[in-house]
Amino acid sequence: MSEVAQSGSLSEVYKGGIGSWITTVDHKRIGILYGVTALIFAIIGGTEAMLIRTQLIVPNNDFLSADTFNSMFTMHGVTMIFMFVMPINAAFFNYISVLQIGARDVAFPRLNALSYWVFLFGGILFHLGYVVGQTPAVGWFGYANLTSSQFTPGLGTDFWVLGLQVLGLSSLIASINFIATILNLRAPGMTMLRVPLFTWTTLITNVLLLLALPVITVALAQVMFGRFFGTGLYDPNSGGSVLLWQHLFWIFGHPEVYILILPPMGMVSEILPTFSRKPLFGYAAMVYASAAIAFLGFSVWAHHMFTVGMGPVANAVFSAATMLIAIPTGVKIFNWISTMWGGQLRMTTAMWFAVGFVALFTIGGLSGIMHASPPIDTQHQDSYFVVAHFHYVLIGGSVFGILGGIYYWFPKITGRLMSESLGKLNFWLLFFGFNLTFFPQHFLGVDGMPRRIYTYAEGLGLETWNFWSTMGAYLTAVAAVVFLYNLVTSCIRGEVAGDDPWDARTLEWAISSPPPEYNFVELPQVVARDDFWHRKHELKNFQPQGAGHVMLPNPTHWPFVTAVGIGLFALSFIFPVLPLWGSPVSLLTVVGVIVLFVGSYGWSFAKFEG
Amino acid sequence: MSDAHGHHYTSLGVDNRKLGMWLLIASECLLFGSLIGTYMIMRNKGLSGPTPQEVLDIPVTTISTFVLLMSSFSIVLALNAIQHGKIASFRRWILATALGGLIFLGFQTYEFTIFVHEGLGLSTNVFGTSFFMLTGTHGTHVAVGVIWLLSLYFASVRGRLTEDAALKVDTMALYWHFVDVIWIIIFTVVYLFVFV
Repeated sequence: MSEVAQSGSLSEVYKGGIGSWITTVDHKRIGILYGVTALIFAIIGGTEAMLIRTQLIVPNNDFLSADTFNSMFTMHGVTMIFMFVMPINAAFFNYISVLQIGARDVAFPRLNALSYWVFLFGGILFHLGYVVGQTPAVGWFGYANLTSSQFTPGLGTDFWVLGLQVLGLSSLIASINFIATILNLRAPGMTMLRVPLFTWTTLITNVLLLLALPVITVALAQVMFGRFFGTGLYDPNSGGSVLLWQHLFWIFGHPEVYILILPPMGMVSEILPTFSRKPLFGYAAMVYASAAIAFLGFSVWAHHMFTVGMGPVANAVFSAATMLIAIPTGVKIFNWISTMWGGQLRMTTAMWFAVGFVALFTIGGLSGIMHASPPIDTQHQDSYFVVAHFHYVLIGGSVFGILGGIYYWFPKITGRLMSESLGKLNFWLLFFGFNLTFFPQHFLGVDGMPRRIYTYAEGLGLETWNFWSTMGAYLTAVAAVVFLYNLVTSCIRGEVAGDDPWDARTLEWAISSPPPEYNFVELPQVVARDDFWHRKHELKNFQPQGAGHVMLPNPTHWPFVTAVGIGLFALSFIFPVLPLWGSPVSLLTVVGVIVLFVGSYGWSFAKFEG
Repeated sequence: MSDAHGHHYTSLGVDNRKLGMWLLIASECLLFGSLIGTYMIMRNKGLSGPTPQEVLDIPVTTISTFVLLMSSFSIVLALNAIQHGKIASFRRWILATALGGLIFLGFQTYEFTIFVHEGLGLSTNVFGTSFFMLTGTHGTHVAVGVIWLLSLYFASVRGRLTEDAALKVDTMALYWHFVDVIWIIIFTVVYLFVFV
């Protein structure tokens, strides 16, 4: 086995039937599972968005009923956040960050598989509402006490509560894995300040997940106990408080938005240097700024609550903290621009998305800083101005960054390049479609259109911009179709990429495309930041690794089994099959717990390696 | 990259599993923090039914607290034993730790039963809800710990606790100490600060 590792073909590297995918513990396969699943959920979430915009295209429309409309924006929000952006970020955490630190796999490969299967079952559980015709309609943020059994009896809210709990568990498990991996499995010589920016943002994002998810777990458990056991922590009639939900939710919810944006920022921080042929400007400042954003992100949650009556002192403190975050964010924007300044720019599709990110995220940030001021927020709160803001940072920011990441790393994952001409078409359709959809929503907001209304009257001045916003949505849908077409056809007949099609800087490009199962025959000895670039162009002594034989962890079905147990346990609260001692504990609950125990014990005593 | 004992190279010099346990503990601090915060807000807001001052029994709970504290001591002895290859001693002390946990859980069960008879249930009022959710979550963590301790004991007896035994016990001990520290905080905030 002494030949130089060739760029493997997709079908050669990912051979094996469905059993090999169910038992895989390979971070690369798990990354692909996350990515493909996330894209499928994105299509579902996008369809919900199209239905929303179609209902709003003209005043007094009756395309969707009010109840259905409420379900649509609820499902759309939860799906896009928890089943699209977070898992597709996880796809890249899995595939790329492990390679960037020169490791062979994550610290806990079986736990990695578990977190994927729990995600899949959580996503399916959440969508089961469609199957039984009772979908949640409480908004993605489920304000109490609309979520109580008094105001939303029926299964819809139950799907929301339990779906989110299971999805949260998936991310929590994964966060332990990625933090341990990045801290503990770096190749020799890779100090923290030599770690690529994308891996830094992976680390920081997972620290946010580790610390923020428990808070929403408690908040949701308290909703569950209210619905199933009649407790009233959020019920004013019982001495409880609706504000308790809001505080707990947003203590999670604000770090959550940094969880959504930091990984795409990391992707952009890889793409811009590669296609500017310059190192990232101010690497250390970027690291510290990212950490500062995450840290400060825990201190601003009540800027989502400026209008609840906390009083001027609380409002002022949270306003100041919110504005403070603009500083490290601004540092990042200027550093990205400075990275490009004086560089030899190659405008590939990935580069277009990265540059688009910088511009569009800035716009989203500007609208955000506006409602960091409580008096201004009193006008913005619950209006379309906020909808415009967060779609600029989530689509213009996260989605553009993620699409850039896909175009950039697709060759590494598949060994083929995506079509550049289709890619540029994708970019421009999306750029125009997205801006046409959401820029007018700033106007709708200041013209007084509230959020989450299923229709609006004539003669209020809202017709024109709603119409054009919907046209933009349809154009965005076309862009999505072009993207998916590009993705699928490039897998089949894209141009062969080779190990390093972009002449890039970081370690993942030093091995074949796709990489061998073991990633590195010998762990790289890192001597510099951007070590691969350093060896290629400065030391001029880079040697591609040959093929080799490396012992790897055994595939195993135990993570899948354990995830089934967790899924059944959660499902049993919605469908108590054969209730015991009265709901909600049922035979299904017991079965779920047993499967969970069997899975855990089988796992603990299974032979791991060799 | 692993030697004969299965020790893998790690950048921080700490085993992955032990690092993983520290990370879990960090996360659980936020979990219990949210429950404790909710309790502190809601404890005196019950509209009817028993109040904390009426039901909380410091003397009895002091005993169970002491038992749990002593079980943290016994697990230190268990860890020390296995680190020095003293298997019989390890088995005795790990069993003692599990026993301590079970006694603690027994006291909790006794106390909760009394509360229910005194008219304080999960949904009686927001004091009851926040109290039972907090102590119930902690008790669940103790129960999981007891199962884990007994699993280590039986694995040892069946000769299946050989590789990395000290590390595994060390990792478990970390969890057990955390559960104990959380209880000290809960005992202080719920019982000792009952009149705050």
